[in-house]
Amino acid sequence: MMTTIKHHLTDDILMGYSAGTLPEAFDLVVATHVSLCDECRARMDSFDAVGGVVLEDCAETAMSEDSLAATMALIENGDSVAQAPRVASKGSVFPSPLQEYVNGDLDAVKWRGLGGGVKQAVLKTSKDASVRLLRIPAGAKMPDHGHRGTEMTLVLKGAFRDEDDRFARGDVEIADEHLHHTPIAEEGEDCICLAATDAPLKFNAFIPRIAQPFLGI
Amino acid sequence: MLTNQSTVQEVDASAYVAFYGAEEPAVIRAEPNGNLMSAEETKAEWVGHVRRIHEKQDQAAFAELFRHFAPRVKAFLMKSGASESLAEECTQEAMATLWRKAHLFDPTRASVATWIFTIARNRRIDALRKQRRPEPEDLPWGPEAEPAADDVIALQQETSQLADALAQLPEKQRELVEKAYFGDLSHSQIAAETGLPLGTIKSRIRLALERLRHTLK
Repeated sequence: MMTTIKHHLTDDILMGYSAGTLPEAFDLVVATHVSLCDECRARMDSFDAVGGVVLEDCAETAMSEDSLAATMALIENGDSVAQAPRVASKGSVFPSPLQEYVNGDLDAVKWRGLGGGVKQAVLKTSKDASVRLLRIPAGAKMPDHGHRGTEMTLVLKGAFRDEDDRFARGDVEIADEHLHHTPIAEEGEDCICLAATDAPLKFNAFIPRIAQPFLGI
Repeated sequence: MLTNQSTVQEVDASAYVAFYGAEEPAVIRAEPNGNLMSAEETKAEWVGHVRRIHEKQDQAAFAELFRHFAPRVKAFLMKSGASESLAEECTQEAMATLWRKAHLFDPTRASVATWIFTIARNRRIDALRKQRRPEPEDLPWGPEAEPAADDVIALQQETSQLADALAQLPEKQRELVEKAYFGDLSHSQIAAETGLPLGTIKSRIRLALERLRHTLK
Protein backbone atom coordinates (compact mmCIF):
# COMPACT_ATOMS: atom_id res chain seq x y z
CA MET A 1 0.00 0.00 0.00
CA MET A 2 2.83 2.34 0.90
CA THR A 3 4.54 1.94 -2.46
CA THR A 4 1.61 2.75 -4.72
CA ILE A 5 1.44 6.47 -3.93
CA LYS A 6 2.47 8.38 -7.03
CA HIS A 7 1.55 11.96 -6.25
CA HIS A 8 3.44 13.55 -3.38
CA LEU A 9 3.69 16.81 -1.48
CA THR A 10 5.84 19.58 -2.95
CA ASP A 11 9.00 20.84 -1.23
CA ASP A 12 7.56 24.27 -0.47
CA ILE A 13 4.50 22.75 1.21
CA LEU A 14 6.62 20.30 3.23
CA MET A 15 9.07 23.00 4.28
CA GLY A 16 6.17 25.25 5.24
CA TYR A 17 4.73 22.44 7.34
CA SER A 18 8.09 21.86 8.99
CA ALA A 19 8.63 25.58 9.60
CA GLY A 20 5.11 25.79 11.04
CA THR A 21 3.85 28.53 8.74
CA LEU A 22 1.03 26.83 6.83
CA PRO A 23 -2.63 27.47 7.55
CA GLU A 24 -4.11 24.80 9.82
CA ALA A 25 -6.22 23.41 6.93
CA PHE A 26 -3.04 22.66 4.92
CA ASP A 27 -1.33 21.21 7.99
CA LEU A 28 -4.17 18.71 8.25
CA VAL A 29 -3.78 17.55 4.64
CA VAL A 30 0.01 17.26 5.07
CA ALA A 31 -0.29 15.32 8.34
CA THR A 32 -2.86 12.98 6.80
CA HIS A 33 -0.78 12.36 3.65
CA VAL A 34 2.42 11.80 5.66
CA SER A 35 0.55 9.23 7.76
CA LEU A 36 0.08 7.23 4.55
CA CYS A 37 3.39 7.97 2.79
CA ASP A 38 6.82 6.97 4.12
CA GLU A 39 8.55 8.84 1.30
CA CYS A 40 7.07 12.16 2.41
CA ARG A 41 7.59 11.26 6.08
CA ALA A 42 11.31 10.93 5.35
CA ARG A 43 11.27 14.23 3.48
CA MET A 44 9.39 15.90 6.33
CA ASP A 45 11.95 14.54 8.83
CA SER A 46 14.71 16.04 6.64
CA PHE A 47 13.09 19.46 6.67
CA ASP A 48 12.70 19.12 10.45
CA ALA A 49 16.45 18.40 10.58
CA VAL A 50 17.05 21.82 8.98
CA GLY A 51 14.95 23.29 11.80
CA GLY A 52 17.13 21.41 14.30
CA VAL A 53 20.24 22.95 12.79
CA VAL A 54 18.70 26.43 12.87
CA LEU A 55 17.78 25.91 16.55
CA GLU A 56 21.26 24.63 17.43
CA ASP A 57 22.76 27.73 15.76
CA CYS A 58 20.60 30.21 17.70
CA ALA A 59 22.64 32.49 19.95
CA GLU A 60 21.59 31.71 23.51
CA THR A 61 19.14 33.91 25.40
CA ALA A 62 19.51 33.58 29.18
CA MET A 63 16.69 31.77 30.96
CA SER A 64 15.36 33.20 34.20
CA GLU A 65 17.25 32.09 37.28
CA ASP A 66 14.71 29.63 38.64
CA SER A 67 13.73 28.26 35.24
CA LEU A 68 15.06 24.74 35.74
CA ALA A 69 13.28 24.39 39.09
CA ALA A 70 10.09 25.81 37.56
CA THR A 71 10.33 23.28 34.73
CA MET A 72 10.86 20.40 37.18
CA ALA A 73 7.73 21.58 39.00
CA LEU A 74 5.81 21.54 35.69
CA ILE A 75 7.00 17.97 35.14
CA GLU A 76 6.00 16.86 38.64
CA ASN A 77 2.57 18.46 38.45
CA GLY A 78 1.93 17.31 34.91
CA ASP A 79 0.32 14.22 33.51
CA SER A 80 2.73 11.40 34.28
CA VAL A 81 0.97 8.79 32.17
CA ALA A 82 3.16 7.83 29.24
CA GLN A 83 1.45 8.82 26.01
CA ALA A 84 0.43 5.87 23.86
CA PRO A 85 1.30 6.17 20.17
CA ARG A 86 -1.52 7.63 18.07
CA VAL A 87 -2.31 4.97 15.51
CA ALA A 88 -5.63 4.47 13.73
CA SER A 89 -7.07 0.99 14.15
CA LYS A 90 -6.59 -1.50 11.33
CA GLY A 91 -9.00 -1.07 8.46
CA SER A 92 -9.67 2.61 9.20
CA VAL A 93 -10.18 4.86 6.19
CA PHE A 94 -8.95 7.97 8.01
CA PRO A 95 -5.47 8.19 9.57
CA SER A 96 -5.44 9.52 13.16
CA PRO A 97 -4.83 13.23 12.46
CA LEU A 98 -8.00 13.31 10.36
CA GLN A 99 -9.93 11.20 12.88
CA GLU A 100 -9.09 13.82 15.49
CA TYR A 101 -10.92 16.45 13.39
CA VAL A 102 -13.87 14.25 12.45
CA ASN A 103 -14.16 12.66 15.89
CA GLY A 104 -14.14 9.24 14.32
CA ASP A 105 -13.70 7.39 11.06
CA LEU A 106 -15.67 7.65 7.80
CA ASP A 107 -18.94 6.56 9.41
CA ALA A 108 -18.81 9.56 11.79
CA VAL A 109 -18.82 12.20 9.02
CA LYS A 110 -21.88 14.47 8.89
CA TRP A 111 -22.35 14.91 5.13
CA ARG A 112 -24.31 17.69 3.48
CA GLY A 113 -25.52 17.49 -0.10
CA LEU A 114 -23.93 19.80 -2.67
CA GLY A 115 -26.13 18.73 -5.60
CA GLY A 116 -25.46 16.09 -8.24
CA GLY A 117 -24.92 13.50 -5.52
CA VAL A 118 -21.73 15.24 -4.38
CA LYS A 119 -21.52 15.64 -0.60
CA GLN A 120 -19.22 17.61 1.63
CA ALA A 121 -18.38 18.09 5.29
CA VAL A 122 -16.47 21.23 6.26
CA LEU A 123 -13.98 20.68 9.11
CA LYS A 124 -13.35 23.39 11.64
CA THR A 125 -9.92 25.04 11.35
CA SER A 126 -8.39 28.51 11.55
CA LYS A 127 -9.90 30.87 8.99
CA ASP A 128 -6.86 31.60 6.80
CA ALA A 129 -7.83 28.53 4.75
CA SER A 130 -10.56 25.92 4.73
CA VAL A 131 -10.65 22.15 4.54
CA ARG A 132 -13.47 19.76 3.81
CA LEU A 133 -14.20 16.15 3.05
CA LEU A 134 -15.78 15.52 -0.33
CA ARG A 135 -17.74 12.45 -1.38
CA ILE A 136 -18.11 12.16 -5.16
CA PRO A 137 -20.38 9.38 -6.47
CA ALA A 138 -18.62 6.78 -8.63
CA GLY A 139 -18.47 8.00 -12.21
CA ALA A 140 -19.64 11.53 -11.34
CA LYS A 141 -18.00 14.72 -12.50
CA MET A 142 -16.87 17.40 -10.12
CA PRO A 143 -18.04 20.88 -11.14
CA ASP A 144 -15.49 22.50 -13.45
CA HIS A 145 -13.59 25.02 -11.41
CA GLY A 146 -10.47 27.10 -11.58
CA HIS A 147 -8.49 28.05 -8.53
CA ARG A 148 -7.23 31.10 -6.82
CA GLY A 149 -4.44 30.51 -4.35
CA THR A 150 -3.44 26.93 -3.58
CA GLU A 151 -5.66 23.89 -3.43
CA MET A 152 -4.61 20.50 -2.06
CA THR A 153 -6.72 17.39 -2.66
CA LEU A 154 -5.86 14.10 -0.96
CA VAL A 155 -7.67 10.89 -1.96
CA LEU A 156 -8.69 8.64 0.93
CA LYS A 157 -10.96 6.13 -0.81
CA GLY A 158 -11.76 5.33 -4.43
CA ALA A 159 -9.97 7.30 -7.12
CA PHE A 160 -10.42 10.20 -9.49
CA ARG A 161 -8.98 11.10 -12.86
CA ASP A 162 -8.48 14.40 -14.50
CA GLU A 163 -7.25 15.12 -18.01
CA ASP A 164 -3.69 14.04 -17.19
CA ASP A 165 -3.55 11.70 -14.25
CA ARG A 166 -5.12 9.18 -11.91
CA PHE A 167 -5.27 9.81 -8.17
CA ALA A 168 -5.95 6.97 -5.72
CA ARG A 169 -5.69 6.52 -1.94
CA GLY A 170 -2.78 8.50 -0.56
CA ASP A 171 -2.22 10.52 -3.73
CA VAL A 172 -2.31 14.28 -3.28
CA GLU A 173 -2.90 16.83 -5.99
CA ILE A 174 -1.57 20.33 -5.47
CA ALA A 175 -3.11 22.90 -7.77
CA ASP A 176 -2.71 26.63 -8.24
CA GLU A 177 -4.55 29.17 -10.37
CA HIS A 178 -2.99 27.84 -13.56
CA LEU A 179 -4.70 24.49 -13.31
CA HIS A 180 -8.10 24.20 -14.87
CA HIS A 181 -9.44 20.71 -14.70
CA THR A 182 -12.49 18.49 -14.54
CA PRO A 183 -11.87 15.61 -12.17
CA ILE A 184 -14.11 12.57 -12.55
CA ALA A 185 -14.54 9.90 -9.89
CA GLU A 186 -13.73 6.42 -11.17
CA GLU A 187 -16.45 3.85 -11.63
CA GLY A 188 -16.72 1.22 -8.95
CA GLU A 189 -16.88 3.14 -5.69
CA ASP A 190 -17.48 6.65 -4.40
CA CYS A 191 -14.38 8.80 -4.17
CA ILE A 192 -13.65 10.36 -0.80
CA CYS A 193 -11.16 13.22 -0.68
CA LEU A 194 -9.80 15.69 1.81
CA ALA A 195 -9.53 19.07 0.09
CA ALA A 196 -8.01 22.28 1.44
CA THR A 197 -7.85 25.69 -0.15
CA ASP A 198 -6.64 29.11 0.91
CA ALA A 199 -9.12 30.85 -1.42
CA PRO A 200 -12.76 30.24 -2.24
CA LEU A 201 -13.24 27.96 -5.23
CA LYS A 202 -14.37 29.76 -8.35
CA PHE A 203 -16.91 27.72 -10.24
CA ASN A 204 -17.31 28.28 -13.95
CA ALA A 205 -20.93 27.21 -14.06
CA PHE A 206 -23.47 29.92 -13.23
CA ILE A 207 -25.51 28.12 -10.58
CA PRO A 208 -22.67 26.96 -8.34
CA ARG A 209 -21.28 30.50 -8.31
CA ILE A 210 -24.58 31.83 -6.99
CA ALA A 211 -24.83 29.00 -4.50
CA GLN A 212 -21.28 29.36 -3.26
CA PRO A 213 -21.86 31.83 -0.42
CA PHE A 214 -24.50 29.56 1.07
CA LEU A 215 -22.48 26.40 0.88
CA GLY A 216 -19.56 27.63 2.88
CA ILE A 217 -16.91 26.55 0.44
CA MET B 1 33.57 16.79 6.34
CA LEU B 2 35.26 14.30 8.64
CA THR B 3 38.96 14.63 8.08
CA ASN B 4 40.12 11.04 8.37
CA GLN B 5 39.09 7.52 9.07
CA SER B 6 40.33 7.46 12.66
CA THR B 7 37.99 10.29 13.57
CA VAL B 8 35.11 8.24 12.28
CA GLN B 9 36.18 5.28 14.38
CA GLU B 10 36.49 7.38 17.50
CA VAL B 11 33.10 8.87 16.99
CA ASP B 12 31.52 5.49 16.48
CA ALA B 13 32.99 4.06 19.64
CA SER B 14 32.15 6.93 21.94
CA ALA B 15 28.69 7.41 20.51
CA TYR B 16 28.00 3.74 20.97
CA VAL B 17 29.00 3.92 24.61
CA ALA B 18 27.02 7.10 25.09
CA PHE B 19 23.99 5.40 23.69
CA TYR B 20 24.24 2.06 25.41
CA GLY B 21 26.32 3.09 28.42
CA ALA B 22 24.42 2.10 31.52
CA GLU B 23 25.29 3.58 34.91
CA GLU B 24 27.57 6.48 34.15
CA PRO B 25 27.11 9.23 31.63
CA ALA B 26 29.71 7.13 29.92
CA VAL B 27 32.13 9.37 28.10
CA ILE B 28 32.81 12.63 26.59
CA ARG B 29 32.79 15.93 28.26
CA ALA B 30 34.61 18.99 27.05
CA GLU B 31 38.10 19.03 28.52
CA PRO B 32 38.90 21.87 30.92
CA ASN B 33 41.61 22.93 28.50
CA GLY B 34 38.91 23.85 26.03
CA ASN B 35 39.27 20.91 23.67
CA LEU B 36 35.75 20.51 22.52
CA MET B 37 34.37 17.22 21.42
CA SER B 38 33.30 16.88 17.82
CA ALA B 39 29.77 17.71 16.77
CA GLU B 40 28.91 14.04 16.30
CA GLU B 41 30.03 13.22 19.81
CA THR B 42 27.95 16.03 21.25
CA LYS B 43 24.83 14.95 19.44
CA ALA B 44 25.26 11.27 20.16
CA GLU B 45 25.75 12.20 23.80
CA TRP B 46 22.45 14.04 23.83
CA VAL B 47 20.86 10.84 22.53
CA GLY B 48 22.19 9.09 25.65
CA HIS B 49 20.75 11.88 27.82
CA VAL B 50 17.26 11.40 26.43
CA ARG B 51 17.59 7.67 26.96
CA ARG B 52 18.56 8.22 30.61
CA ILE B 53 15.58 10.51 31.10
CA HIS B 54 13.30 7.88 29.61
CA GLU B 55 14.75 4.89 31.45
CA LYS B 56 15.81 6.34 34.79
CA GLN B 57 14.01 9.68 35.09
CA ASP B 58 17.55 11.02 35.38
CA GLN B 59 17.29 14.64 36.57
CA ALA B 60 21.01 15.32 36.14
CA ALA B 61 20.81 14.36 32.47
CA PHE B 62 17.76 16.57 32.12
CA ALA B 63 19.55 19.51 33.76
CA GLU B 64 22.43 19.22 31.27
CA LEU B 65 20.07 19.09 28.33
CA PHE B 66 18.19 22.03 29.77
CA ARG B 67 21.34 24.13 30.15
CA HIS B 68 22.27 23.53 26.52
CA PHE B 69 18.90 23.71 24.81
CA ALA B 70 16.59 25.95 26.86
CA PRO B 71 18.50 29.18 26.06
CA ARG B 72 18.43 28.23 22.37
CA VAL B 73 14.74 27.43 22.40
CA LYS B 74 14.09 30.75 24.10
CA ALA B 75 16.12 32.63 21.49
CA PHE B 76 14.35 30.72 18.72
CA LEU B 77 10.93 31.67 20.10
CA MET B 78 11.89 35.33 20.50
CA LYS B 79 13.19 35.43 16.93
CA SER B 80 9.81 33.96 15.97
CA GLY B 81 8.05 36.94 17.52
CA ALA B 82 7.40 35.89 21.12
CA SER B 83 7.90 38.39 23.93
CA GLU B 84 10.61 37.60 26.48
CA SER B 85 8.10 36.38 29.07
CA LEU B 86 6.08 34.29 26.63
CA ALA B 87 9.30 32.76 25.26
CA GLU B 88 10.40 31.90 28.81
CA GLU B 89 7.07 30.27 29.58
CA CYS B 90 6.91 28.32 26.30
CA THR B 91 10.50 27.15 26.69
CA GLN B 92 9.75 25.72 30.13
CA GLU B 93 6.69 23.97 28.73
CA ALA B 94 8.66 22.63 25.74
CA MET B 95 11.37 21.26 28.02
CA ALA B 96 8.73 19.63 30.24
CA THR B 97 7.26 18.04 27.09
CA LEU B 98 10.71 16.67 26.27
CA TRP B 99 10.71 14.88 29.66
CA ARG B 100 7.22 13.47 29.14
CA LYS B 101 7.80 12.32 25.59
CA ALA B 102 11.32 10.97 26.05
CA HIS B 103 10.02 7.45 25.33
CA LEU B 104 8.83 8.56 21.87
CA PHE B 105 12.17 9.96 20.70
CA ASP B 106 13.60 7.97 17.78
CA PRO B 107 17.33 8.63 17.28
CA THR B 108 17.33 6.84 13.91
CA ARG B 109 15.08 9.56 12.52
CA ALA B 110 16.07 12.75 14.34
CA SER B 111 18.86 14.35 16.31
CA VAL B 112 17.93 15.63 19.76
CA ALA B 113 18.14 19.21 18.44
CA THR B 114 15.75 18.31 15.63
CA TRP B 115 13.33 16.71 18.03
CA ILE B 116 13.41 19.68 20.39
CA PHE B 117 12.89 21.99 17.42
CA THR B 118 9.64 20.18 16.55
CA ILE B 119 8.42 20.47 20.15
CA ALA B 120 9.29 24.18 20.30
CA ARG B 121 7.69 24.82 16.90
CA ASN B 122 4.46 23.19 17.98
CA ARG B 123 4.41 25.29 21.17
CA ARG B 124 4.89 28.37 18.98
CA ILE B 125 1.97 27.49 16.71
CA ASP B 126 -0.20 26.91 19.75
CA ALA B 127 0.86 30.02 21.69
CA LEU B 128 1.46 32.58 18.94
CA ARG B 129 -0.90 31.55 16.18
CA LYS B 130 -3.54 30.06 18.46
CA GLN B 131 -4.19 27.17 16.15
CA ARG B 132 -4.17 23.41 16.42
CA ARG B 133 -1.27 21.53 14.93
CA PRO B 134 -2.28 18.30 13.18
CA GLU B 135 0.63 15.85 13.47
CA PRO B 136 1.14 12.69 11.39
CA GLU B 137 0.10 9.40 12.87
CA ASP B 138 2.79 7.78 15.02
CA LEU B 139 4.52 4.78 13.54
CA PRO B 140 2.69 1.70 14.83
CA TRP B 141 5.71 0.25 16.62
CA GLY B 142 7.06 3.38 18.26
CA PRO B 143 10.85 3.77 18.45
CA GLU B 144 12.76 0.57 18.98
CA ALA B 145 14.02 -0.04 22.50
CA GLU B 146 17.52 -0.57 21.19
CA PRO B 147 17.91 0.80 17.70
CA ALA B 148 21.04 -0.30 15.84
CA ALA B 149 23.89 1.93 16.98
CA ASP B 150 25.20 2.46 13.45
CA ASP B 151 21.77 3.74 12.37
CA VAL B 152 21.82 6.22 15.24
CA ILE B 153 25.35 7.38 14.50
CA ALA B 154 24.74 7.64 10.76
CA LEU B 155 21.74 9.87 11.31
CA GLN B 156 23.63 12.12 13.74
CA GLN B 157 26.45 12.41 11.21
CA GLU B 158 24.04 13.30 8.41
CA THR B 159 22.66 16.04 10.63
CA SER B 160 26.15 17.44 11.24
CA GLN B 161 26.80 17.44 7.53
CA LEU B 162 23.57 19.29 7.00
CA ALA B 163 24.72 21.87 9.56
CA ASP B 164 27.98 22.30 7.64
CA ALA B 165 26.09 22.67 4.37
CA LEU B 166 23.85 25.33 5.90
CA ALA B 167 26.88 27.20 7.26
CA GLN B 168 28.43 27.18 3.80
CA LEU B 169 25.43 28.58 1.98
CA PRO B 170 25.77 32.13 0.67
CA GLU B 171 24.75 34.56 3.43
CA LYS B 172 21.50 35.65 1.76
CA GLN B 173 20.35 32.12 1.13
CA ARG B 174 21.15 31.04 4.69
CA GLU B 175 19.21 33.98 6.07
CA LEU B 176 16.24 32.98 3.96
CA VAL B 177 16.26 29.46 5.39
CA GLU B 178 16.52 30.84 8.93
CA LYS B 179 13.72 33.30 8.27
CA ALA B 180 11.52 30.46 7.03
CA TYR B 181 12.06 28.51 10.26
CA PHE B 182 11.47 31.56 12.44
CA GLY B 183 8.07 31.68 10.76
CA ASP B 184 8.76 34.84 8.77
CA LEU B 185 8.01 33.43 5.31
CA SER B 186 4.76 32.06 3.98
CA HIS B 187 4.94 28.81 2.03
CA SER B 188 4.52 30.64 -1.26
CA GLN B 189 7.61 32.70 -0.39
CA ILE B 190 9.64 29.61 0.39
CA ALA B 191 11.66 28.80 -2.66
CA ALA B 192 11.40 25.12 -3.46
CA GLU B 193 15.15 25.16 -4.08
CA THR B 194 16.84 25.92 -0.77
CA GLY B 195 20.28 24.90 -1.97
CA LEU B 196 20.46 22.45 0.92
CA PRO B 197 21.51 18.90 0.11
CA LEU B 198 18.61 17.06 1.72
CA GLY B 199 18.83 14.00 -0.50
CA THR B 200 21.28 12.03 1.64
CA ILE B 201 19.60 12.56 4.99
CA LYS B 202 16.25 11.77 3.40
CA SER B 203 17.55 8.50 1.99
CA ARG B 204 18.98 7.61 5.40
CA ILE B 205 15.67 8.19 7.17
CA ARG B 206 13.77 6.42 4.40
CA LEU B 207 16.01 3.39 4.89
CA ALA B 208 15.43 3.41 8.64
CA LEU B 209 11.66 3.53 8.09
CA GLU B 210 11.82 0.67 5.59
CA ARG B 211 13.91 -1.47 7.89
CA LEU B 212 11.51 -0.89 10.76
CA ARG B 213 8.45 -1.73 8.70
CA HIS B 214 10.19 -4.86 7.50
CA THR B 215 11.22 -6.05 10.97
CA LEU B 216 7.80 -5.54 12.42
CA LYS B 217 5.77 -7.19 9.69
